[in-house]
Amino acid sequence: MPRSLIAWLQVTPLSLILMGFLVAPIIMIVIVSFWGATEFSIYPAFQFDNYEFLFGSPVTYKVFLATFKYALITWAFTLVIGFTVAYFLAFHIRSQPIQIALFLLCTIPFWTSNIIRMISWIPFLGRNGIANQTLISWGVIDAPLDWLLYSDFSVILAFVHLYTLFMVVPIFNTMMRIDKSLLEAARDGGASGFQTLRHVIIPLTKPGIMIGTIFVVTLVMGDFITVRFMSGSQKANVGRLISNDIALLQYPSAAATAVVLLCTVLIVIAILMRFVNIRKEL
Amino acid sequence: MSKMRYSRRAILKGGAAAAAASTLSAPMIWAQEIKDITLRQFGTGVSNLNEVAAKVKEDLGFSLEMTALDSDSVTQRAATQPDSFDIADIEYWICKKVWPTGNLQAMDTSKIKNYDKIVGIFRSGKLTPESEIAQGTAPHSVGFVDGPGATKFASEETGWMTLIPTIYNADTLGIRPDLIGRPINNWSELLNPEFKGKASILDISSIGIMDMAMVCESMGEIQYADKGNMTKEEIDATFAIFTEAKKNGQFRAFWKSFDESVNLMASGEVVIQSMWSPAITAVKSRGIPCVYQPLEEGYRSWGGGIGLSKSLSGMELDAAYEYINWYLDGWVGGFLMRQGYYSAVPETSKNYMSENEWGYWFEGKEASDEITNPFGDVLAKAGETRDGGSFYDRMGAVACWNAVMDENQYMVRKWNEFIAA
Repeated sequence: MPRSLIAWLQVTPLSLILMGFLVAPIIMIVIVSFWGATEFSIYPAFQFDNYEFLFGSPVTYKVFLATFKYALITWAFTLVIGFTVAYFLAFHIRSQPIQIALFLLCTIPFWTSNIIRMISWIPFLGRNGIANQTLISWGVIDAPLDWLLYSDFSVILAFVHLYTLFMVVPIFNTMMRIDKSLLEAARDGGASGFQTLRHVIIPLTKPGIMIGTIFVVTLVMGDFITVRFMSGSQKANVGRLISNDIALLQYPSAAATAVVLLCTVLIVIAILMRFVNIRKEL
Repeated sequence: MSKMRYSRRAILKGGAAAAAASTLSAPMIWAQEIKDITLRQFGTGVSNLNEVAAKVKEDLGFSLEMTALDSDSVTQRAATQPDSFDIADIEYWICKKVWPTGNLQAMDTSKIKNYDKIVGIFRSGKLTPESEIAQGTAPHSVGFVDGPGATKFASEETGWMTLIPTIYNADTLGIRPDLIGRPINNWSELLNPEFKGKASILDISSIGIMDMAMVCESMGEIQYADKGNMTKEEIDATFAIFTEAKKNGQFRAFWKSFDESVNLMASGEVVIQSMWSPAITAVKSRGIPCVYQPLEEGYRSWGGGIGLSKSLSGMELDAAYEYINWYLDGWVGGFLMRQGYYSAVPETSKNYMSENEWGYWFEGKEASDEITNPFGDVLAKAGETRDGGSFYDRMGAVACWNAVMDENQYMVRKWNEFIAA
């Protein structure tokens, strides 16, 4: 059997799966985004109404802006926390069993569902919740803080809580591959701890940071349920726009929004890829 | 195949009737085949109760498969998948949307035993001869067609019904009297700055817009020709007022599911909000005071009924008629009324309720003893009365029915913008 045929055969199963479950649905979404809708049905057409309405509404721009805002702020927090945690695990813990034990400890919250971890914040942050009651009893505040719940604050808090691990894992992974002799060399060369971090560790950890960034940014930009619950439906991101459309049976309009969101996320990822060549560095 | 056609009616008329009637009050004597029949019913959660399915099996012998969905999915399924169900349990405004697709078949009222006892709201549109018909999609206006196959609604009783009414109620605002501490009498209080950050409205466009309209009208800001069928200008004006309020922080949250509304109210996040009757009960059963406040402008009302799929025929169709007759026979009515809903034929439900229950739920009298729902939860103690009073007080003060507008798609887009604003 010729080698090229074997190669083709080897690649076939994955290609078929990707074609069937990724490419075909996306093509379908793109097609439907040009269709028309009545109140309870959709009909094939080729019209730009959905896009016209989307780009013609000031709300769309506001919502996309809000989505970027959530993604950016969440990214900054998860990066700082994730990097610190990974650094501690990789360089401060010397014994491997403890390293693994602590790493597993980080993943324990992920044994429960996303939604439960998110909703458990609600009674905690509520007007009569534990946070407010504690602050009042300590005399820090006189009246309950309303902005703790159903606000941008609570949304971002939940995002950071939910997605920090997606930053920890890839960064920790790349840090573990850093050759320890490089750090010794830096020290021998007279570099301070901070200089080692800046000129040795961070550059070598870039692929991990980038993978974590892609995880966090795409998760936050595609989310709708966290924003809905943590803002009490008061705030919106693109995901909510889509989910509202679907609930109201406006599938073509939802598909159009999804296409625009997909393009936006792809552009963001393309920009990120310009900074680090992940394939080369992995 | 269909021996059942002769089963009940024919035999009851014949000599066996006496024997059958003396042993069983419920309709009986089924052909063996009836046991194999399964009717698939789907609808919103309110009346899709497993207790009903179990009782059907017991009384009628056939199986009823229930699927509960939210009202958007119900609409979609009724409109697009007529073969996926036999019986659609839908609201009247959904019927207005779905009927023109021809997926449901009209029902012959001569086969409905208790048809004459169905309350006037669903027949002439008038609760009592003096009543005025409320705005919105009033059930009688989409309740009849001229005959089998007709896709246009008839303006009066014709003998062919689209939906057999099953359950309905009058909705208003729920309040926490302990946290408000003064009487609330108007819908406009929802936007009163006094409750800034402590109000809520439901995030279901078709119902939310009605609550909004009740509020705007009560504030004196907008006079609607028909709240159930607004013009684009009226829709814009309504959303302008609510978007302004939202930006000023009037709302704590919006709710979409029943549980959310209960939690918002019970935790004290919200002290005034649009609410559904069983949610009030759920808050009260936690020992927290909560009132389903009657308001001067009246109630926003809703009603549901069961419709038959057009693909239903033969023995299944006969079984469906049996089911409908059984539904109106009182057991379900009593079951629903003891949860605070109303049944289409209240007088038959009375047979399945105690005098105390009937007095409390229907006549608005003081409870002479504890009132419990069918699941055993205590809803009221002796001496308490129902919020809003008797059936005629409540259903007689309906200002508007849940509706679907001609400008529905425009409204939906505006709603989406309001949520995102």
